[in-house]
Amino acid sequence: MSLAGEQVLEPLQRDCFDYFVAQASPVNGLIPDSTSKDSNASIATTGFGLAAYAVGVSRGYMTRAAAVECTLKTLRFFADSVQGEAPDATGHKGFYYHFLDMQTGRRVVPCELSVIDSSLLIAGMLTAATFFDADVSGEREIRALADALYRRADWIWALAGRKTVAMGWKPECGFLNYSWDGYSEAIIVYVLGLGSPTYPLPEACYQARTATYQWENLYGFEYLHAGPLFIHQFSHLWIDFRGIQDAFMRGMDSDYFENSRRAVYVQREYAMRNTCGFRGYHEKCFGLSAGDGPGGHTHRVDGVEHRFSGYAARGVPYGPDDGTLAPWAVVGALPFAPEIVLPVVEHLREAFPGAGLEIFKSSFNPSFLDETPRGWVPDVFYGLELGPIVLMVENYRSEFLWSLMRRCPYLVSGLRQAGFEGGWL
Amino acid sequence: MSAVHPEVLPRDSHNARLMAYVRPHEWPRPAPIPRYNLVVIGAGAAGLISAAAVAGLGGKVALIERHLLGGDCLNVGCVPSKMLIRSSRVYADYKNAERFGARGPGEVEVDFALVMERMRRLRARVGQHDSAERFRDLGVDVFFGDAQFSAPDAVVVDGVTLRFRKALIATGARATAPDIPGLAEAGYLTNETVFNLTKRPRRLLVIGGGPLGCELAQAFCRLGSEVAIVQNEPNFLPQEERDASQLLAMAFGRDGMHVHLNSQIERVERSEKGKAVHIVSDEKHITLFTDEILAGAGRAPSVQGLNLEAAEVAYDDTKGVHVDDHLRTSNPRVYAAGDVCLSARFTHTAEASAQIAVQNALFHGRKKFSDLTIPWCTYTDPEIAHVGLYVRQAIEQGIPVRTFTIPMSDVDRAITDGEDEGFVKIHVRGGTDEIIGATIVARHAGEMINEISLAMVAKIGLKTLAKVIHSYPTQAEAIRRAADAYNKTRLTPRLKRLSTRWLAWTR
Repeated sequence: MSLAGEQVLEPLQRDCFDYFVAQASPVNGLIPDSTSKDSNASIATTGFGLAAYAVGVSRGYMTRAAAVECTLKTLRFFADSVQGEAPDATGHKGFYYHFLDMQTGRRVVPCELSVIDSSLLIAGMLTAATFFDADVSGEREIRALADALYRRADWIWALAGRKTVAMGWKPECGFLNYSWDGYSEAIIVYVLGLGSPTYPLPEACYQARTATYQWENLYGFEYLHAGPLFIHQFSHLWIDFRGIQDAFMRGMDSDYFENSRRAVYVQREYAMRNTCGFRGYHEKCFGLSAGDGPGGHTHRVDGVEHRFSGYAARGVPYGPDDGTLAPWAVVGALPFAPEIVLPVVEHLREAFPGAGLEIFKSSFNPSFLDETPRGWVPDVFYGLELGPIVLMVENYRSEFLWSLMRRCPYLVSGLRQAGFEGGWL
Repeated sequence: MSAVHPEVLPRDSHNARLMAYVRPHEWPRPAPIPRYNLVVIGAGAAGLISAAAVAGLGGKVALIERHLLGGDCLNVGCVPSKMLIRSSRVYADYKNAERFGARGPGEVEVDFALVMERMRRLRARVGQHDSAERFRDLGVDVFFGDAQFSAPDAVVVDGVTLRFRKALIATGARATAPDIPGLAEAGYLTNETVFNLTKRPRRLLVIGGGPLGCELAQAFCRLGSEVAIVQNEPNFLPQEERDASQLLAMAFGRDGMHVHLNSQIERVERSEKGKAVHIVSDEKHITLFTDEILAGAGRAPSVQGLNLEAAEVAYDDTKGVHVDDHLRTSNPRVYAAGDVCLSARFTHTAEASAQIAVQNALFHGRKKFSDLTIPWCTYTDPEIAHVGLYVRQAIEQGIPVRTFTIPMSDVDRAITDGEDEGFVKIHVRGGTDEIIGATIVARHAGEMINEISLAMVAKIGLKTLAKVIHSYPTQAEAIRRAADAYNKTRLTPRLKRLSTRWLAWTR
């Protein structure tokens, strides 16, 4: 590993991993959305945590017994949790509310029953089921619980009678108007839904999803465009897309891994152009993604008035862009393009020596006032940002999760149902 | 039954001039001839162009209008709205003067009355092109009144029967009342009344995020109204591609509009704080208070009162007059054109369809409407223009698509003009350079899209477009840049290796 790898990536991965152990509820295993004092639990973050425990065992960050204990606590909670149409249930139809109360595990009103966040949670559950393969009671229970929880998810219901899967549901108003159409982070939703042995999505819905794909040549790179970096990463936390192709990618002679690699290059190109004139943007400092930001302010940066957003999905090249950079998402892109990501890691380490690992764990905005040497920095860290660091650094270092999940029969079945062929599949 | 048309207000000299052109007070009724080559019902864009064309070719043509010559476009549509938009852009540029290196004049007070006065003055000026006198001088018999078919080959207007060899129905479409409880009682504006305003509404709520709603919402916002726009779908201009809709939503946010996407209006009522508009988004219920409501959504074809049954012309209230691809109705003597029969309700579409209908009706033509390449543009800032297929349509038709994208932020002239928001996206058939569609988001997208339309009609591919020298610096250079990007994809690794070797050898 390079200097950056040795001095940054290993301690960074460990540091981020610790969040999922230290912050997990001792009662139900739920993991908070952020380090904010009153943070609710996020089901996606909890899914990242379940996957992180497997990584932790393989890296020696925690014992297998401790990981089994943490995992069981979480799975037992979800297995016993209240399902149904009551507005304060934990979930419904095998899916779960986006945010849950850390203590009671009940829905934080008015959040939605989220299909993507449930999928990230279920992916974490299946990671545990695949990793804990020993013939001992605790691990047998993990496998049984994860299997039952996966089988419980009613993907056909989540289709809501539409061509593509609904983004969510609320007891107060039913299904949300939005569906998972087109290229997004939701490949994992469809792979899990298509692989379900109990309520499988029809194959046609995957084709319907890709019907709005747009293959673009931007900055000289041909790829499926999506503005924020995280979109190109979340499904890749678990699925090794190298060399496997669905019908669309076969037609374009590419694959989703290569697509994400090009997306990272497009991000770099955007930063090099720095069309909005923000501070700090260059070839070794790039990366727009979803995340926290300075908030609703308007002020001048080098003579130009800019509006600054709070938590927002920032993207290239059409914005929104308020100068907020997401190093966590760049680190999450390591497996795709280490040749341009590692220089970013080196640069940030050298440019902000006082920031330590913190610079990588969230967002920062060098254009927003001069509150710190990094400009604006968030008060809290988000599990949704720390998780990809743990998991993608591991995939970069050892391909651990990718190799592991190739053994998950549901995932493999889902990929095949979606029309993926070739490569390791 | 005659539909009631709102009066054109205020009664000032500009509107008097306009009315003198498009609805002269004492217009002598022409003496009808025994049989016309063409009777045109409706004197909007489609009706006017077809009447002028037939008269120009020596035919006998009668033109019947129940309200105003020029139709929606001139009187309550494209023409006045673009005038408001132009003024609103000036105020927006005032506000952002420093972005252009100019010292701002400070707080600028919008003179709304002046804006509207300018609109009325220029509308009247444009109105002379559509004047009754001009058409009479062209040889057209211009009748004012309600037209009703009395037979498959006859129309009655103002008690006079006009017999025809062929007829063209070009009655257009009208704003429809949204089905919202309490809206009618509270009162609302449509495109037919909004241009009558002389006083700026302090607060304006716009219903609908289609082209009309988006254009006028942004214009009024920039003219100083506090504007909320309520759209029942997740995006504005939902037929456009997602990046375009998102750029527009961001522009609206920057302008300070209150954006309510994915929201339904439950009911409207009057209250002490103004008109109370109750909206729901998912389960969230909120109430917005406003002084005026503009219904920007909902148009219905004008098919009522024509006695189409007598002409044996099939129609319904939603799609309007039923036509085939040659724009012929169920009565072979009768054709239709424009908004009354088409889903694409644009002035230029109406004109193009009228030209086809006239050729097919009078000259045994076999022109097809579906063969037309029709661009369109929503004149927001930035403008959003499109021509040809969207990617989703191409995929539905089994056409492989590749898109060449140039952000306007990469275009020198867009940078120099401080207008670098947007993009040019050109879609080509996979494996070829054939342009099958394009979307442009730019401050002057409506001008730029015409080059793509020309290329599509003339079947000029991106390869050739790359050879067209564009003036530098222009924003349209983005189109050439997209063509260059296509050309670069033709440089295969093998070709690159060969050229490298050649250059090394000849060094």
